[in-house]
Amino acid sequence: MLEPGSPRAQVSPGPTRGRMSDTSMKIVLVGHGMVGHKFLEELRQLQIPGAEVTVLCEEPRVAYDRVHLSEFFAGKTAEDLSLVAPGFFAEAGFTLRLGSRAAAIDRRARTVTTQDGVTLPYDKLVLATGSYPFVPPVKGSERDQCFVYRTIEDLEAMKAAGAISRKGVVVGGGLLGLECAKALRDLGLETHVVEFAPRLMAVQVDDEGGRILRSKIEALGVQVHTERNTVEITDGRSARHRMVFADGTHLETDMIVFSAGIRPRDELARQNALAVGARGGIAIDDHCRTSDAAILAIGECAAWRDQTFGLVAPGYEMARIAARQLAGDAQAAFGGADMSTKLKLMGVDVASIGDAHGRTPGCRSFRYADECKQVYKKIVVSADGKHLLGAVLVGNADEYGTLLQMALNSIALPADPEFLILPASDGKAKPGLGADALPDSAQICSCNNVSKGQICAAVGEGATTIGEIKACTKAGATCGGCVPLVTQVMKAEMARLGLSVNNHLCEHFPYSRQELYHLIRVGEIRSFEDLLARHGQGLGCDICKPTAASIFASCWNDFVLKGELASLQDSNDYFLGNIQKDGTYSVVPRMPGGEVTPEGLIAVGQVAKKYGLYTKITGGQRVDLFGARVEQLPAIWEELIAAGFESGHAYGKSLRTVKSCVGSTWCRYGVDDSVGLAIELENRYKGLRAPHKIKFGVSGCTRECAEAQGKDVGIIATERGWNLYVCGNGGMKPRHAELIASDLDKAALVRLIDRFLMFYVRTADRLQRTSTWRDNLEGGLDYLKAVLIDDSLGIGDELERQMQHVVDTYQCEWKTAITDPAVRKRFRTFVNDPRADQRIVFVEERGQIRPARAEERPAIENAEVEA
Amino acid sequence: MSSEELNWTAVCKLGDILPGTGVCALVDERHVAVFRIGDAGVHAIDNIDPRSGASVLSRGLVGNLGEHIVVASPLYKNHFDLRTGECLEAPEHSVRAHHVRVCGDEVWVALA
Ligand SMILES: Cc1cc2nc3c(=O)[nH]c(=O)nc-3n(C[C@H](O)[C@H](O)[C@H](O)COP(=O)(O)OP(=O)(O)OC[C@H]3O[C@@H](n4cnc5c(N)ncnc54)[C@H](O)[C@@H]3O)c2cc1C
Ligand code: SF4
Ligand code: SF4
Ligand code: FES
Repeated sequence: MLEPGSPRAQVSPGPTRGRMSDTSMKIVLVGHGMVGHKFLEELRQLQIPGAEVTVLCEEPRVAYDRVHLSEFFAGKTAEDLSLVAPGFFAEAGFTLRLGSRAAAIDRRARTVTTQDGVTLPYDKLVLATGSYPFVPPVKGSERDQCFVYRTIEDLEAMKAAGAISRKGVVVGGGLLGLECAKALRDLGLETHVVEFAPRLMAVQVDDEGGRILRSKIEALGVQVHTERNTVEITDGRSARHRMVFADGTHLETDMIVFSAGIRPRDELARQNALAVGARGGIAIDDHCRTSDAAILAIGECAAWRDQTFGLVAPGYEMARIAARQLAGDAQAAFGGADMSTKLKLMGVDVASIGDAHGRTPGCRSFRYADECKQVYKKIVVSADGKHLLGAVLVGNADEYGTLLQMALNSIALPADPEFLILPASDGKAKPGLGADALPDSAQICSCNNVSKGQICAAVGEGATTIGEIKACTKAGATCGGCVPLVTQVMKAEMARLGLSVNNHLCEHFPYSRQELYHLIRVGEIRSFEDLLARHGQGLGCDICKPTAASIFASCWNDFVLKGELASLQDSNDYFLGNIQKDGTYSVVPRMPGGEVTPEGLIAVGQVAKKYGLYTKITGGQRVDLFGARVEQLPAIWEELIAAGFESGHAYGKSLRTVKSCVGSTWCRYGVDDSVGLAIELENRYKGLRAPHKIKFGVSGCTRECAEAQGKDVGIIATERGWNLYVCGNGGMKPRHAELIASDLDKAALVRLIDRFLMFYVRTADRLQRTSTWRDNLEGGLDYLKAVLIDDSLGIGDELERQMQHVVDTYQCEWKTAITDPAVRKRFRTFVNDPRADQRIVFVEERGQIRPARAEERPAIENAEVEA
Repeated sequence: MSSEELNWTAVCKLGDILPGTGVCALVDERHVAVFRIGDAGVHAIDNIDPRSGASVLSRGLVGNLGEHIVVASPLYKNHFDLRTGECLEAPEHSVRAHHVRVCGDEVWVALA
């Protein structure tokens, strides 16, 4: 048994653990938010013998990623945001009570009672109740269409209100308030921010930084009103509400979101006479224990030395400590947390580190401001000039990782610390902080407490992409702020281990696919022989040949079976069909947008019948005909082409299908013609060769019947145009596509898709779908938007031109193949015998053919396999 | 076995095989994959992929992995050494390599 509350337990954790197994320990967790779930994950790993865990979860769903809550507006669903791996509770053996709020605690009896009257006994109670949004006591704040920003339900309600509003106001110009303003702006509302203090983000940035932040945000179309104290909300004239301010001015709006700070949910503590912090929060000691040693508190609801923490990283640290505490490790202690933050608000970088306001006695600061580029940077250094104490960065936060590590690890400053924030000028390299300078113990990811040493260890074990590092260490998986530094550490370690060769395509080319693409494009290389002679060695292989063929096709778009090119194609592209397990091929005629005439369908049916093919409808809204032998393919295609069909490129790493719903033409909800657009897009991009297959979806309204957000390119009609989503995936690792631009007209939509596809073709690795490409893209979605929309690399026109070339040189590969006798001749089973492959045997099932199984095949066939 | 005792069959013209690819020939009812590889000449191995039982090896991509001149099965991408028939990833799935030679522009195969 644990000795509850005995401070002496600290000196001898060993024996305590040893005795635990003979008795059970009932643990009740109140609150299944981010921190509560982290606690459960830790608990599960520790495998405390005899632990019986029950979780009371007030919300109607299990823990989700509140940090990325705003992505709900960008198309993420509640499931996408969930933090709970499928099967977690069952596998861990924990009991979950959804929609169950702890209403009362009886400390003497050690029970907790829920709002619906269920009473549960506990040995240890863990409170992880989080915070609630503070709504200032303003008359009228309870009116309809007034919201807070904390849960998925809040966002659902805001979304519904947004649809019937023109104007929206956020009360509070802090970190969350600005994030919320972005959400309102993305909902298409005229957006205002009302702040009580004289500047935005008063906690994190100073006056000058606040001024630059304000002008940047105003430039994005959000109106900022500082020093405004709302006193009343009444009926408006031009809009639903009128907000009246203390200075007599007013502002009318259709909806209001309060984001004026958070307050710890410490009501259970107060009801039960547990100690609370001076400014609220359940008081805890260094071991996360409240004033009752059987009760622990973690996360935003807890006050450590009178301080509460509104960030997830300190909460996660408390969760780890509490779990280890329950496992008998009485030494695990919380030592406060670093509250440095970096975020991107509406595309504006803002970061704040340590003593941002320069409150340390004797400290001095360096400031740099560029009013043209709207950049402000400040560092605060110790009195002796040796150490960095704090920093503020607005408009550009590239130095965040370096500065943070310098401050956290007390790394000695260079002689001229101002160069840390001055823009690098002619040749003078910036005094960066090479990853090498960091100690192994340096914490690189604070959300998940991952050190440099752990990242290096993961590299040693074979993780060599940022995606793999995320998966095995969790570094970078929460707020994402540390990703640049994680990448730097990973690359430095790879170089140290001599692993940097890893991006080489194969033994024949010492280049990544992206580099090879440039060599081919710039050197105007059109043949593999030439490529090998100029940049490679050996004969090539099944990795580099199809890669080169695909790049040749993306760049020059010659017929894929022309001359030497044919020898580079893998079997699918060589025979323009999908090889199946018995060596037969499947045949897929293109049906753009999934639209087909009755005549077309009949023609396909007749071909299938004549050649005895197995027929199935695919997920991409077309028909797949299976069981065609090599020598039958040209004849089959001759008939399909005569009936008006073209190659569906189902065999290629290329555009597959553009799935669509019927849209406004037939559907009573449709707002635009999704089929029409789908057909246009499929016809535009058909034949485009890419690093991997590409699928599109087009839905006629937000009901999303075409599942466009599960596609590489997804388009959804809105009242005002088309919304474009990119980098989604169904398949092996589903990923929701992300909104990249809204309300586009068709020309702008096509231009953006041109750029997106060509940029992907240019930069992705071999066999990398857009979703993994995006996951590994340094700089993430913001970077992608900058390149595609703001044309930050200045390649927009070039990408469009290259796409137009592919579009203009399209040909139906099958049509070319059957009309070229030399190519057609290659479609045969034996070079020296006209017979078909006798080893291909079908049996009948459900009225169609299927390949015979080994035991169904004639005995002689089997005899022949034996070598 | 000396080559005089082999039973040679003419299967096709060299020009019937596109350089860097293979074809399948029927030799005494056995499916044989015959490859033509630039300077490295012609090679012949069984055409049946032991892992799937399908007659497909001639349709794989050819190249080299280190010292080995190989074809990659189009189905499961395992590599077969064209000189020995050895499956590099799974030796238990190796196939037989056959004799092949070019006389004039005629390609001849003899089963091993
Ligand atoms: C929009 C938004 C953006 C954010 N961005 C960032 C960011 O970029 N970086 C960062 O570090 N942090 C960010 N945060 C803060 C971060 O989400 C919180 O720090 C974190 O969620 C705290 O976790 P928690 O478990 O303590 O509280 P919560 O996640 O709020 O979980 C508490 C849970 O307990 C439940 N509960 C409360 N009382 C009871 C009861 N009596 N019985 C049962 N259940 C109860 C609540 O319903 C809730 O589900 C953001 C927050 C929001 C809202
Ligand atoms: S997405 Fe909209 S338009 Fe399309 S079928 Fe569904 S409801 Fe109709
Ligand atoms: S899910 Fe598996 S079995 Fe089905 S088609 Fe895809 S690869 Fe084949
Ligand atoms: S610091 Fe937040 S994910 Fe790494």
